[in-house]
Amino acid sequence: MERIPILKMGAFLLVTIQVDMQDQLAMALQDDLTEKISRTGARGVLIDISAVEVVDSFIGRTIANIAAMARILDAQTVLVGMQPAVAITLVELGLTLPGVRTALNVERGMALLQGEARSSSRVQAGEADGDAEG
Amino acid sequence: MATLKDETLEVRTSADVVRLRQLVRSWAAELGFSLVDQTKLVTGASELGRNTLEHGRGGQVRIEMLNDGSRRGLRMTFEDEGPGIPDTGLALRDGYSTGGGLGLGLGGTRRLMSEFRIHSEVGKGTCVQVARWR
Repeated sequence: MERIPILKMGAFLLVTIQVDMQDQLAMALQDDLTEKISRTGARGVLIDISAVEVVDSFIGRTIANIAAMARILDAQTVLVGMQPAVAITLVELGLTLPGVRTALNVERGMALLQGEARSSSRVQAGEADGDAEG
Repeated sequence: MATLKDETLEVRTSADVVRLRQLVRSWAAELGFSLVDQTKLVTGASELGRNTLEHGRGGQVRIEMLNDGSRRGLRMTFEDEGPGIPDTGLALRDGYSTGGGLGLGLGGTRRLMSEFRIHSEVGKGTCVQVARWR
């Protein structure tokens, strides 16, 4: 079966979704990512959806699940690059992705993850870690 | 009202839903819908296609390109012979779900369309017809 590649960049994992995802592919990504976070000890996951033209409630739920699972495995998830038409449609559909951090593009998403990693290594207690903003 | 063209697709697997999304995208673009409206149509098609698949145990969808003189539009009619929905009013409410999802499928899709009709009989199946005009 086709898989979405997961790249490792330092302490982070980078996923770029470039296909029209069918359900099995989204489920496989969820499994692959959690497995890879656990194996590599990654502190953050960046998911780039700039090439994705449709996010329906199933894909939205999968993304929210990935973020929740990653958080339990002590990694932050940032979703970047959402197309404006996708954002408008998602909100109208009623899916606002609570608990998923977002950034406009890869660069800002990376900066967010790096900031998180730095502050969590300074503060050893779990307080600064894992707290979603807003 | 004239039907400019129409096509019927089987909805039996999640790959069929991907094919449906692609057809709706191309017809919506051909009709001159804006990018946001195209995305709403494709997302709605995806939601309803998944409902047909998961709740209706598969079925089919007829996609029509329409012209009623002053305006053109796209209509989709999903039919299944599944268990049916006992209370369609309840099923349209956000948060109502039997499939383990977020329960945004039907109610959310209604917000993405100009027209939305549902007819369901327990033990016989469900028919959902939606349209969007430009």
